[in-house]
Amino acid sequence: MLSDHFSGIEGISLYPVISLIFCFIFFAAAIYKVARLDKKYLTRMENLPLETFSENKNNSEMINEVTQ
Amino acid sequence: MQAEKFSYDNQIVKQFMIAALVFAAVGMLVGLIIAIQLYLPDLNLGIPYTSFGRLRPLHTNAVIFAFVGNIIFAGVYYSLQRVVKARMWNDKLSQFHFWGWQFIILSAAVTLLLGITTSKEYAELEWPIDIMIAIVWLAFGANMFGTIIKRREKHMYVAVWFYIATFVTITVLHVVNSLELPVSLFKSYSLYAGVQDALVQWWYGHNAVAFFLTTPYLGLMYYFLPKAANRPVYSYRLSILHFWALIFLYIWAGPHHLLYSALPDWAQSLGTVFSIMLIAPSWGGMLNGLLTLRGAWDRVRDNPVLKFMVVAVTAYGMATFEGPMLSLKSVNAISHFTDWTIAHVHVGALGWNGMLSFGILYWLVPKMWGTELYSKKSANFHFWISTLGIVFYAVPMYWSGVAQALMWKQFTQLGVLQYPNFLETTLQIIPMYIIRSFGGLLYFSGLLLMFHNLLMTAKNGKFIKDEETEAVPYDREADKLQRGLIHRWLEKRPVKFALLSAVVILIGGLVEIVPTFLIKSNIPTIAAVKPYSPLELQGRDIYIREGCVSCHSQLIRPFRSETERYGEYSKAGEYVYDHPFLWGSKRTGPDLMREGGKYSNLWHYLHLEDPRQMSPGSIMPRYAWLLENQLDTTTTASKIKAMRTLGVPYENGYENFANRDLSKQAALITEDLRKSGAPAEADKEIIALIAYLQRLGTDIKVNKAGGK
Ligand code: HEC
Repeated sequence: MLSDHFSGIEGISLYPVISLIFCFIFFAAAIYKVARLDKKYLTRMENLPLETFSENKNNSEMINEVTQ
Repeated sequence: MQAEKFSYDNQIVKQFMIAALVFAAVGMLVGLIIAIQLYLPDLNLGIPYTSFGRLRPLHTNAVIFAFVGNIIFAGVYYSLQRVVKARMWNDKLSQFHFWGWQFIILSAAVTLLLGITTSKEYAELEWPIDIMIAIVWLAFGANMFGTIIKRREKHMYVAVWFYIATFVTITVLHVVNSLELPVSLFKSYSLYAGVQDALVQWWYGHNAVAFFLTTPYLGLMYYFLPKAANRPVYSYRLSILHFWALIFLYIWAGPHHLLYSALPDWAQSLGTVFSIMLIAPSWGGMLNGLLTLRGAWDRVRDNPVLKFMVVAVTAYGMATFEGPMLSLKSVNAISHFTDWTIAHVHVGALGWNGMLSFGILYWLVPKMWGTELYSKKSANFHFWISTLGIVFYAVPMYWSGVAQALMWKQFTQLGVLQYPNFLETTLQIIPMYIIRSFGGLLYFSGLLLMFHNLLMTAKNGKFIKDEETEAVPYDREADKLQRGLIHRWLEKRPVKFALLSAVVILIGGLVEIVPTFLIKSNIPTIAAVKPYSPLELQGRDIYIREGCVSCHSQLIRPFRSETERYGEYSKAGEYVYDHPFLWGSKRTGPDLMREGGKYSNLWHYLHLEDPRQMSPGSIMPRYAWLLENQLDTTTTASKIKAMRTLGVPYENGYENFANRDLSKQAALITEDLRKSGAPAEADKEIIALIAYLQRLGTDIKVNKAGGK
């Protein structure tokens, strides 16, 4: 029921093509960037919630662990 | 640099947590009640406020915005402060956010019970509340960005990205979908009509699921799962990909299948590919969560917090696999309008949102009260009964969904419908409804068990209102000299990051919404389709008020099984005056698109008074109050005027005569009813509703008859 009305929109068939190209570029770029992230940064970020890597040794999480 | 002393605000977290727990109980209890009403319809005690159509939106709003919403805020306020190493920007703003949100929830509860609703799913609240939501939501955003900006930690942890994306996207969705023209303080009409309204609504609906029930919870998962397991997330790289892929694809792939169905075959397949592609980031996220526990599975066995989280993440995986499957045309033809959808959303809601919330609460309360969990045994028991509850909920719903769909489609060898009477198919699935409510009861009992456990935990400990801590501020000057990769650059700059995620979702959003706006001019007007008469318009608003749309669709799909049962399939041009659209999403009762002229006025009168008089065994609620209530005709003029503003072709000045026409039409129907022996009175609401029901779909029927 909807299809007839959508297909009447001018240039509608370009939509999926644009989508595909856009998606492809987006993902290629994202994967490229992610692959090139440096290891030190990643390790640091991974541990950020856990705080084992933090320079601020005496932060709340540590205190928590001591008090428990 | 010198470490600075400061404290984390736990008070606001506690407040949101308590609110979440209270509203979880309310929301789930209401859910349980309406589940039981589906086999004991008189459980509503015959009063308007507790009837199915009004409680159903209360249930969905309570669990989504009150329970899940408050958990999101509690979790964000707890984790954000800690990953950016800063207290919330402004305590007063936090309090404003908290009280504002609870006030919205209470207003929602009151108005929904009073039948004040826009009828658009998950956006039922009327315009004054919509405005309050916008204000409070922006306060939340301001507080979040304020905190991020004054952070002591250079980089933003991935959880924070999910929070930012949530904020940005929900803002856009809420504004676009809430565009409505106020008629009075508590009544408005959607700016959009018919097909367009439906497209905007489901663009919103789909993305609200994505950005209210999914992205903030993923943020919570990325913080609380590593915390609870005491090990870093499996792959930070994967989490970055997960994030961008998810926010990018979600908003594209949404109701896109609607759009793609308009295209040549090859393009349609591409549309399907988009939906299927969404599985990748979702499963990437699920695996990232589960693999965080690699090598720690022995701990999962005796740690209830991790158990809850594992089931939550697994349920997320199942629901996000099922979602794209449901977007396949052939599957959707069966699943749509049935209990299958109900099963699907509850795997997500009970499994993913519920279980993750429980895990977080069991972890958080001991932490914030500086003690151990009161009873691990009770938490384990809770885990088992809620898991069982989900099974007892979902399995019967899948069963009844598929069974009913097949019955709807079953033809005999002679080529006629095997179950021409809709009610027959309902009666077959009643046992499933009973089992489902048992599943709900199990899940609800688990919640109560958790209340007790958390309460005792808090009693045993002492609440740490402000958690003292210290951290070295980050050296912004020194940092300027360094140049990182683009992503590191981005996530060090929260505002730019927010803008970029806004761009990403807007591109996707626009690709979807632009054709939606273009479609209006592409819908051919059907000459026979006329605006509703004043009486019918009033009747339609009663239909909206009573929430009939939660059980009845108004959309006949072009399948033989549907045209045979309901009549000519729906044309887009038939809906052009429908502000808002009333397609519905669930057929607990039959489709009403072509109800007009199917039965006598008397039939409707008696059926609405007590459906079981006309349809023995029916599970539709009684609407006896409609026979008593006086129809409010003081609103007629302003409604007609509002409709004209929206483009419905009522003649100029018609509002001055509208009530005259209304009375005339009411008198005709009343006369007919009286002749048939019903003690009808012309000024009652039921007359307007009957007028509306008798009008439904007749524009085209009349046309056909005229053509013959
Ligand atoms: C709990 C779900 C539920 C709600 C809410 C509900 N109905 Fe129904 N309705 C049903 C079911 C089930 C049937 C089929 C059995 C029957 O005829 O009663 C039905 C049947 C009907 C029929 C007859 C359809 C036909 O073609 O046979 C009409 C008309 C109707 N409902 C109108 C309404 C109106 C108007 C409202 C709101 C005031 C409403 N319903 C609310 C469940 C519901």
